[in-house]
Amino acid sequence: MYDLNYHRATSIDDAVAKRAAASDGQFLAGGQTLLPTMKHHLAAPSDLIDLRGIADLSGVKVSDKRVTIGAMTTHAAVAGNAELAKACPALTVLAGGIGDPAVRHQGTIGGSIATNDPAADYPAGLLALGATIHTDKRAIAADEFFTGLFSTALEDGEIITSISFEAPAQCGYAKFPNPASRYAMTGVFAARGADGKVRVAVTGAGADGVFRHQGLEDALSADWSASAVDGVAVSADGLMSDIHCDAAYRANLIKTMARRAVAAA
Amino acid sequence: MTEISMTVNGTAARAAVPDNTLLVEFLREHLRLTGTHVGCDTSQCGACVVHVDGRAVKSCTMLAASAEGARVTTIEGLSNGELHPMQVAFKENHGLQCGFCTPGMIMTATDMVARYTANGRELSEKAIRHELEGNICRCTGYHNIVRAIQDGAAKMASS
Repeated sequence: MYDLNYHRATSIDDAVAKRAAASDGQFLAGGQTLLPTMKHHLAAPSDLIDLRGIADLSGVKVSDKRVTIGAMTTHAAVAGNAELAKACPALTVLAGGIGDPAVRHQGTIGGSIATNDPAADYPAGLLALGATIHTDKRAIAADEFFTGLFSTALEDGEIITSISFEAPAQCGYAKFPNPASRYAMTGVFAARGADGKVRVAVTGAGADGVFRHQGLEDALSADWSASAVDGVAVSADGLMSDIHCDAAYRANLIKTMARRAVAAA
Repeated sequence: MTEISMTVNGTAARAAVPDNTLLVEFLREHLRLTGTHVGCDTSQCGACVVHVDGRAVKSCTMLAASAEGARVTTIEGLSNGELHPMQVAFKENHGLQCGFCTPGMIMTATDMVARYTANGRELSEKAIRHELEGNICRCTGYHNIVRAIQDGAAKMASS
């Protein structure tokens, strides 16, 4: 890892000021992606501004159907939250399947979505749940937030403070994990709102990152059942091909994971 | 340089370190606690697992400065003279061959036992295998490691 200047922020304002003062600063959340990336010399920020010391950025609140998750809440804390497991069990399943136990003790929901890795789990969950991403400046709908591979609507120096959403009537998540990294080779989150409308988001498969699948949403809105997936055509166009599998394999995985997600809901 | 202070194995540790120092580098190279190993250095293998404020973390994927004020436990601090029950279980069940991954395996094992006990959940063989996803052994295989953890969990419950 290259040399860097480490700063511990004591508040959001302090973090923003320290980042603004740095020549090429980055915020450090759980560090489970950023630090390995820096060790590989694929990122070399001049300054890291550690957000761990900021009070009130972590914790899960469930009030009736309204769920709010602080940006610095770890995957382990989301996975182990009993109230969330009742309100939106699929999100606890999703968080409990990220990386491994030690990674889940450090990695955070805010860090994950700010990175927007195309094979990360949370982007699919938040997009399917129609979540709102709150920052120090504004509120951003998930549909506007995830803008492509490793890119988001966040402006330079903007900090995610929390994520909120209305718990759906039913939801499920299924992923086919890469056997080595546990990242999704394809992951599908399906959520059925109280009004019967279904949102389906796919991660790990799109060449441009997480995306919603219109065909699956239409079919599952008409008939919320695993078998409703059978008649949906899933094109391999725009899907990733890599050493793990090609686009056609991922297209098939999307249907298989969608069936499993609905069956698990 | 950054001034850091933390409690390592019950003893106050204080030093000025380069800002990019990883927690594992601080433990091994500054404190000479070389029981914590660096296997892959890419957050995959789990040889570097230590407990920070009671939770298992990969010390190769945390800056030492981020552990400011934390309570850190390494394999050296697990026992107090005599072997920890989990260490005894690994010895008795042949849960190691070359031993390189063992410190991380044991720190992960004691963490999982503590969490499952706290939540009143059963630490089944299947659960142990799932919990070991972040720890890689390249020689003896996982069979005896899983057995050792089952035995170690029982020993911890009765000790």
